[in-house]
Amino acid sequence: MLITCPYCGPRDVIEFTYQGDGNRERPQPASQDIDAWNAYVYDRLNPAGDHNEIWQHSGGCRAHVRVVRNTLTHDISSTAFAHGGHKSAARHRTEAKS
Amino acid sequence: MVERQLPVRLSPLEPEYHPGSHGNFEQGVDVILSETRPGSILQLAAWPGEEKRLMSAIYKVAGLALPDGAGGGVANGVRAAFGFAPGKFTVVDEAEGLAAAFCGVVTPDVGTVTDLSHGRTAIRIAGPKAEWVLAKFFAIDFALTAFPVGAGRSTTHHDVFAQIQRSGGDQFDIYVFRSFARSFWKALCHASEEVGYEVQ
Ligand SMILES: [Zn+2]
Repeated sequence: MLITCPYCGPRDVIEFTYQGDGNRERPQPASQDIDAWNAYVYDRLNPAGDHNEIWQHSGGCRAHVRVVRNTLTHDISSTAFAHGGHKSAARHRTEAKS
Repeated sequence: MVERQLPVRLSPLEPEYHPGSHGNFEQGVDVILSETRPGSILQLAAWPGEEKRLMSAIYKVAGLALPDGAGGGVANGVRAAFGFAPGKFTVVDEAEGLAAAFCGVVTPDVGTVTDLSHGRTAIRIAGPKAEWVLAKFFAIDFALTAFPVGAGRSTTHHDVFAQIQRSGGDQFDIYVFRSFARSFWKALCHASEEVGYEVQ
């Protein structure tokens, strides 16, 4: 499986570390909203198809990458920096298929 | 007054560094391996949005004009610089003292300067089979069109991080952790045996 890092270009999956489900929204640290924390920790969409994921290019530029991966085929339809700060550095952008 | 003694710079490769021709060199030496021992190896990082200011600081201090774009770099034989991550650059100089030269220029509102001169070992591989040998270690595209002269890459060999700059058409400079350098060097020598190699 190849993941196209927005900075480094296509690299083998062995250079990446999975950072988890990209659909989760972490409550503010001081939040006492039990339902929100419960959803953050336990609720997963678990789709058979396109899935939003966060990967880190830990064996490369170390950027966090927002990846859309198909859980049935491993096809990756888009990748982008997870953080906006260094957007100008992006060279290898893949776009979601329409 | 006590006389100040300069510390002797030791190479981590020393016990395994054997100048001369090795391996299958009867048909010719197809790669040359060497340790370049630069005096300064720095990591410069820009805060988000400050990349251009950091790049102009590199030009001001080191005289190296970095091209735009991910992994862009330049090498002139004495100094070298390349991008290895968003907003982050490796800058290398034959001479010591480059970190001090940057300190007044890369101000805290622009980014940070980290002196890695003693933390990295620089290994050069040159020759017609350099791409061939490196392809055994690193799962990246070494073709000149995909990896142009001056450009840098961050990647791994056996899960150990390395930075590679193409400093010539068939020449690459590899920056590895000093503590892993001897291990990598031995592996590089073994991988070069089939093509015939010379250690300089
Ligand atoms: Zn990367």
